[in-house]
Order: sequence, then C-alpha cells, then structure tokens
Amino acid sequence: METTEILGQVNIIFKEVLDNQELVINQETSANDVDDWDSLTHIQLIVAIEKYFKIRFKANEIQSFKNVGEMCSFIKLKLE
Amino acid sequence: MSQFEIIKNFNTIKKNLKKNFTDLKKIRIGIVGDSSTQLLNQSIRGYGFDEDYNFEIYEADYDQLDGQLLDTSSGLYKFAPEFVIIFESSQKLAKRFYKSDKAKFSEMHIEKVNNYISNISKHLNSKIIYFNFPEVNDSIFGNFSNKIEYSFIYQTRKINYELMNICIQNKNLFILDYSIINAQYGKNFIIDSKIYYTNDMTISLDALPLIAKNITDIIAALTGKFKKCIILDLDNTLWGGIIGDDGIENIQIGDLGIGKVFTELQTWIKQLKERGIVLAVCSKNNEATAKDPFKNHPDMVIRLEDIAVFVANWNNKADNIRYIQSILNIGFDSMVFLDDNPAEREIVRKNLPQVLVPELPDDPSLFLDYLQKLNLFETASFSKEDLERTKLYQDEAGRFMVQKNFTNEDEFLASLSMSSEVKEFNKFNIPRVAQLSQRSNQFNLRTVRYSEEDVEQISRSEKYATFSFSLKDKFGDIGIICIIILEKRKDSLFIETWLMSCRVLKRGMENFTLNTIVKYAKEKGYNTIIGEHILTSKNGMVVDHFKNLGFRSSGNKWELKVNNYKEKKYHIKII
Repeated sequence: METTEILGQVNIIFKEVLDNQELVINQETSANDVDDWDSLTHIQLIVAIEKYFKIRFKANEIQSFKNVGEMCSFIKLKLE
Repeated sequence: MSQFEIIKNFNTIKKNLKKNFTDLKKIRIGIVGDSSTQLLNQSIRGYGFDEDYNFEIYEADYDQLDGQLLDTSSGLYKFAPEFVIIFESSQKLAKRFYKSDKAKFSEMHIEKVNNYISNISKHLNSKIIYFNFPEVNDSIFGNFSNKIEYSFIYQTRKINYELMNICIQNKNLFILDYSIINAQYGKNFIIDSKIYYTNDMTISLDALPLIAKNITDIIAALTGKFKKCIILDLDNTLWGGIIGDDGIENIQIGDLGIGKVFTELQTWIKQLKERGIVLAVCSKNNEATAKDPFKNHPDMVIRLEDIAVFVANWNNKADNIRYIQSILNIGFDSMVFLDDNPAEREIVRKNLPQVLVPELPDDPSLFLDYLQKLNLFETASFSKEDLERTKLYQDEAGRFMVQKNFTNEDEFLASLSMSSEVKEFNKFNIPRVAQLSQRSNQFNLRTVRYSEEDVEQISRSEKYATFSFSLKDKFGDIGIICIIILEKRKDSLFIETWLMSCRVLKRGMENFTLNTIVKYAKEKGYNTIIGEHILTSKNGMVVDHFKNLGFRSSGNKWELKVNNYKEKKYHIKII
C-alpha cells in the first residue's frame, strides 16, 4: 500500500474515532493540532488502526509517533 | 453487529456521550479503582444511554481507595452515590501479594474489604458493586500451585470464595464476576498488554463495553428492570427437526443425532423455570402435535407442567405473544423470545420492539453458550415465591378461562372464594416484601425500592406501621401481593408505599386494603390518611387511584379524613 492511500485510510479512522466528519489530517498533523486527540483518544486511534490494517504495534511504539506522517510510515513498514 | 457480537464496540457506545440524556432515569454512581478508570467511566455512561439510564458518575482520582473509601469527607462521600463500584486490578493485587506474608494474604485482603464495606454502609445509603479477581497463572509453580497454600492462585481463589461469603451475609454488597467474564472470553480479549503497560489500563477497549453491560445488568436488576419470562419456539429450537413432519420418533433430543444440543438447552431452560422465570410456548403447529413430545417423549427435559402458557396454532407469532402477555400481565420488556427462524424473529422485533429477541447463531450447538453470555437473567433477589411462580401463572390462566364464563363481574368475584391474610413485616415475609418492591412497576404509587436490609429496618422502627397482604382463592394461593408502609406523623398517616401485584387487579383488593388502613388509623387515633402518586413512565394506571377511592386532592398530595370514611365493598374474607 502506498503512503497516500494509508494516509487516506488513517484520515477516515481519525474522523470515526474522534467523531468529527470535517477533520482533515496530513503528514505533519500532530496531537497539538487536533482537538480531542489526547492520551485517551490516542489509545482508541491505535487500536482502531491495528484492527483496520490487521497489524500490531509494540508497547514502545505507540507513544513514539511525532505526527501522522510517522504513524503512516510505521504502518507501511508493518504491512510489508 | 455480526451475529456473534453480543454488544456494540467501544467507539459506538462512546458516541452516546454526546446525545441527550434529559429524559432518562438518573442514577448516581461512584467509581473507585486502583488502575486507570477513565475509559471505564465513559463506557458505563455510554452503555447506560442505550438502556435508558442517565448514569451520573463520580470518578475518584487514580488509585485512591483508602483515601476515598475510608475518609468520610472524601469526594465520594460528598457525592453520595446510589451505587459504589470498586475495581481492584489483579495486577496491583499480584504486586502486593509478592511483597506480603503470602499465606495470610487473602485474610488481610478480606479484612481490608470488610473495612471498606462497613465504612460505606455506615455513612452512605449505597449498594456496593465489587469486582472479584480473574484467576491468573503466574507459572511460578505450574499446576503444582494447587498444592501450595501460599501460591498466588490459591490465595486469589480464596479471596474470590470469601467475597462470595461476605456478599451472602451483606445484603447491599454485589459482586461483579470479573473472574467468570475472563474465563468466558479469555485473557487475550480482556487485557491489551501494551495499553496496560503504557497507560495502566487493565481492561482492553474490546472488553470495556462487556464490563459496562454487566455493571448495567446488576444496576437494572436492582432498579426493577429484569426479564421474567421466556417464550419458546419448538421446532429446531427446543428439539432438532419439525414435529409435524418428522414425527415424535424422529425429532432430535437425547441421543438421536445432535439431540444432546437440545437436551442441554432444555436443561438450562428448566433450571431458569425452577428459579422463577416463567416459560411460555409459541409455536406454529397443531396444538395436539406440539404437546405430544412434552407428554410422551422420554428424553424431553421440559414437561407440560413447566409451561405456564402453551400456545400452538397457525396465527401470527406477534399476535400470539400479545395473547400470552395478556394472560401473564407482565411488561413486554420483561419477555425474551427464542426462535431459530430469522423471519419469525424479525416479525416479532418489528411488531413488539420491547420484547428481547436474541439473534441466535445459525448452528444450534452454539445456542447455549451464546444465550448464557447474554446474561439475560440477572436478578436482585430470590425468594420462595420464585420457586412457585409457574404454578401461580398456571392458576391465573385458569382464572382467566373461568372469567370468560361470567358476564357479571360481581358474581365472578364472589365465585372465586377469595381470602386474605394481613400481617406486619416479619422475618418470614421480608424477602418477599423486598422483592415485590423491586419488581413492581405498574401498580406502585411511589416506586420506592427497598433492599431486604431496608425492610428489616422499617419493620423494627417505631416510625412505621407495616402491612403485607396475601391472597388465596379457589384456584390457588397467590401469596403476598400487596404492601403498605405507613409513616406515623402527628395526627396523620402518610402512605410511603402502596404497591400491588398486577395479577390481582380488579379483584377488590384496593378496597380491602384501604379498609385495613382506615381501621388501623381509627384504632390508633389518626384522623387523616395522606397519599401521594409519583408519576413514572410505568405507573400511569394509578394516576386516579386515590381519587377513585374517595381521597380529596390537597396540593400535590391526596387526603382522606378517617371520620368521613364509608366502608367499601369487597368479596374477600379476612383470615
């Protein structure tokens, strides 16, 4: 899967989990930029991403993403 | 939701938090946990919305059990919840265990638990819902742990066992059986290690709705909402095959084919009947054909006398269920309907949306596990009457049939040869009195719910006069069906509770009850009886109750002057 396709899917997941259909994210988006993206919703996002892409993050990975772009790179790696 | 999913996922129930909770029943809950409880809080409130509850939740700060439960000036005590949920994690338990005097660990833990409970009981009027502990194999001794008193598994099991004993003794303590939930779903479902290690969340997102459901089930049962009846289809539900086509020798029960599936299902259903759930049959069949296996097949576990109402015909099942409801006179929302046929299930769901219709799996060998996981029959009490409930409903069906023959209601009532015993609350009737107060929704003037402990206190108190009324007629003994609690004021008596089982509507009990109250008032020198109706969504039927009995409205209450009272007529003999 290409990074843009992954980003598209992650955007949909963010919209669903944060219950905000207007939300648009890009590679640089971080938690500071999005209302409601806090430590609690971060867990929900991680679990939703795992379920959708059928991957598993390790414990030390889930806190390590600086932004959405890093998340997508990680996802791409796990899909290969 | 797929047919194997029993409840919605966390994300879906979380969306409920934004919805309008205004008209829902408000219940105050305090949550105290030694691990992270924020998502548990959201799950309980979100899940409660779908069950028409507005759970107002006080969530204690992280890991503050002693501070919140032992300090009576804490936020928890100030919030004064109706339910206190205490969640101790097995992870923290293990940590304390390894540092402790292991052989004495369970004893010390139970002492701590007793301390929390007695503190709460002294200062709050709350029910306590306490999680027990999942059994964890720490693999220090392997299976040999079972032979070592100071192993973690031995001490955990001992704690769980002692928790059961404490809650048998303590009427306001209820256990959330987290251990069983773990056994049913597995550790991998309940715990997501990475969110535990990074966020101290000991319950996975997948399991949160399940825990919320079980907590809500307990609260619902304690606030009067529970299932009272199962309506059963027959072909391919209670036995394999179709009785009309296959004949009695070929339906699968017992050893024939997959008969064991249905034998075990019937055994389970029969156990439910024996604990007070009413069974009804609703089958598309010729009546005699449908009854044949109940009478004549040696492997049937459920027999005809276990069925309170047996309906077999070719009519629409929704109509048949309406007929069953009219005989049993319980709410549609207290009924469960089991049918293997998806089309029949859909018809009933569409026409009677309050009836719970489980989406049975395609494979009958999965029925029993699925139904047990749904936890349909949570209860708040258990009394002797539960054991005899089916007979009570069969008797009622008998009365129903006879009534059709009388055109004059007065003559019908006289023909019943009714008699009633009036007793104040005593140790024999207290469980039944408490249970009636929890179950009764329609003929209930103020809908006050009492636990057995509450009833015991009232029975001992000088401030109250108490009356329980039982009813017998020529068809059978209906047991205690009406409760009156009068609060003694200076010159008047306030009816704190007047409730009656709907089974005895239109028998003259209301008149008999009022006569009894007035007689008491006169004997003790009270000149006024004051009644109040607190309207709920279920007790509209008694909105004119006091007016019809001759009370005069006074503000938002009703008054009856004892001197002006004219004795009312009824066909009930006092015994």
